[in-house]
Amino acid sequence: MADLAAPVLDVRGLTTVFHTRQGEIHAVSAVSFALKRGEVLGVVGESGSGKSVTMMSLVGLLPTPPAEVRAGQVMLGTRDLLQMSAKDLSDVRGAKVGFVFQDPMTSLNPVFTVENQICEPLTRHMGLSKAQARARAVELLELVGIPDAAKRVKFYPHQFSGGMRQRVMIAIALACEPDLLIADEPTTALDVTIQAQILELMKDLQKKLGMAIIWITHDLGVIAGIADRVMVMYGGQVVEHAPVDQIFHNPQHPYTRALLRTIPTITGKREARLSVIEGQPPIMTQAPKACPFGARCAHHFARCDAENPQRRPLDSLPLGQGHDVACHWSAGVSHA
Amino acid sequence: MWPAIGQRGSVMRNAIAPDLVQVDGLKMYFPVYSGVLRRHSGDIKAVDDVSFTIRAGETLGLVGESGCGKSTLGRAVLRLYEPTAGRVVIDGQDIARLSTEALRKKRPTMQMVFQDPQASLNPRMSLSSIIGEPLLEHTALTTAQRQDRIYELMDQVGLNRRFANRFPHEFSGGQRQRIGIARALALNPKFIVCDEPIAALDVSIQAQVVNLLEDLQDKLGLTYLFISHDLSMVRHIADRVAVMYLGRIVELSPRDDLYARPLHPYAEALLSAVNEPNPERARTRTRILLKGDLPSPANPPKGCNFCTRCPKVFDRCLTEKPALVQVEPGREVACHLFNTLKPTAGSTGGFHTQDDFQQGVTL
Repeated sequence: MADLAAPVLDVRGLTTVFHTRQGEIHAVSAVSFALKRGEVLGVVGESGSGKSVTMMSLVGLLPTPPAEVRAGQVMLGTRDLLQMSAKDLSDVRGAKVGFVFQDPMTSLNPVFTVENQICEPLTRHMGLSKAQARARAVELLELVGIPDAAKRVKFYPHQFSGGMRQRVMIAIALACEPDLLIADEPTTALDVTIQAQILELMKDLQKKLGMAIIWITHDLGVIAGIADRVMVMYGGQVVEHAPVDQIFHNPQHPYTRALLRTIPTITGKREARLSVIEGQPPIMTQAPKACPFGARCAHHFARCDAENPQRRPLDSLPLGQGHDVACHWSAGVSHA
Repeated sequence: MWPAIGQRGSVMRNAIAPDLVQVDGLKMYFPVYSGVLRRHSGDIKAVDDVSFTIRAGETLGLVGESGCGKSTLGRAVLRLYEPTAGRVVIDGQDIARLSTEALRKKRPTMQMVFQDPQASLNPRMSLSSIIGEPLLEHTALTTAQRQDRIYELMDQVGLNRRFANRFPHEFSGGQRQRIGIARALALNPKFIVCDEPIAALDVSIQAQVVNLLEDLQDKLGLTYLFISHDLSMVRHIADRVAVMYLGRIVELSPRDDLYARPLHPYAEALLSAVNEPNPERARTRTRILLKGDLPSPANPPKGCNFCTRCPKVFDRCLTEKPALVQVEPGREVACHLFNTLKPTAGSTGGFHTQDDFQQGVTL
């Protein structure tokens, strides 16, 4: 599905720290990934693993200070987003990169109609006239499956249900036909039956429009249904990255393995007892010198404390295209 | 014999246990006032004629989407709301009718664990005063005895005794939920309503809390009403599962039966919507996509509450509310598809089927 052209997005060594009264928090440490057109990259991790901060760093959405994007390169096409002026960056946001956030109620403006909010990027970035933008707004609402769009476009956000609001968010994100869509937990606040509707809609839209999607979630079930590749984050780092089938059927990192074991399923064998990952995720108060998962890892050994493992490819493909893992232990494990 | 016997010990032991909780025709309406005179113009039927029982030592899972009334039901069962109608018999007493003083005496037997441990713990109270408060209120323990009991409870839920004088904000989400559980256990309750106890926690922490709840059940013989929207976790913890839609129970079945073969069309759609962590299954399975959203509980459909979204809707569904009747041993469903007998008067038609089945079932 993805062609062999240059990646839509190429992120190298992205590092973000927060300056707090307690000192620096290393939220994102040397994260690298790339995305081709038409690809869906799932980003999984628990709260505090740095997945949202990574995506917000990409397009300068973090307040600085306290945040500081310390190092890295974010190539969108041929331009490095981290080197851009604030004004250029705001031309990129909304036009080239669309966003769908977790909670549509707090990310839509309650005092403007939906029409107003969809038209904003259209007139701002696409140079449409007001009348053209209004017509396009109705089309977009139809595209995301809102019935009676011509009438509903005049509604305020509170007049929509949660699922419908999320559809509005998606319509806004897609308004300028972005190359890249960043979806940060877009279905987490929704009920399962509504979640299913939104997932089907996104798959459908991606087939039609062919944009690349970064889908951030903590729900491995959602990832299994939508992602082509998966990046597992822990303690601000990428610990494993692989095509979706590899992640679920041949996970290498002890964290990925443990995470997959802790979630019960509705089919398959019902375990008498859930397996757990003891302990708490770390708070990264300094640049990582040891493996962040070390303290909770069942396979922990001396080297894990001495040296932070680097990502290492497990196949002949270059790093970030096939299956790679950042673990000292899994080095000695055969592909089972 | 009850058809589904769980894998865990408590259920085996209590396979013939008596009902600890009997809920009968419970209604919880919230009045709506409108107009200049604030006249009573209607009701939000959050819980509408719900009946079920929970046997001692059993875990009843209660699932449904937001707004279906599952939390309201959980609170009404403990009389944290004054129910509009119905009986709630817990351990032999109808608590819906108890006087305030008698209810206060009854409180120790029934407790609750809340969803958000951040919001349900007083930020100005130390851990030991939070766990000790019910003891202060309901028992005559001396200070030293109380402190012993607090330590004992902390051990039980896996909190280090050193933390006794710390405050809620110093704990992580999972640890806070342990504090909430310790507080609920303080007075040796028999029945605990767990209202989405793991929804606010990270995946790796959810399993820790669920395992703790199960261990405590085995050790102390607790009975749970486990409210959750997470169908996979309910499959893990519950012995029987009630599926709720718009204020009514649409299906109540033993866990394995429900997950293997859901009967009610809503239960079927709900299960098909669950995202399984399995990419192949995600590619090949067919989802039953429900159209639209939940109707307003202030103005539910005239017939079956699910008729506006049901893929199997037919004429009768639009005019008549189906009653929850036993259609297979141990399985109750509120759907006209499974209730082919024409009712003679009201809902008595349903009971006919129920009697037939009950000959083969000893409850």
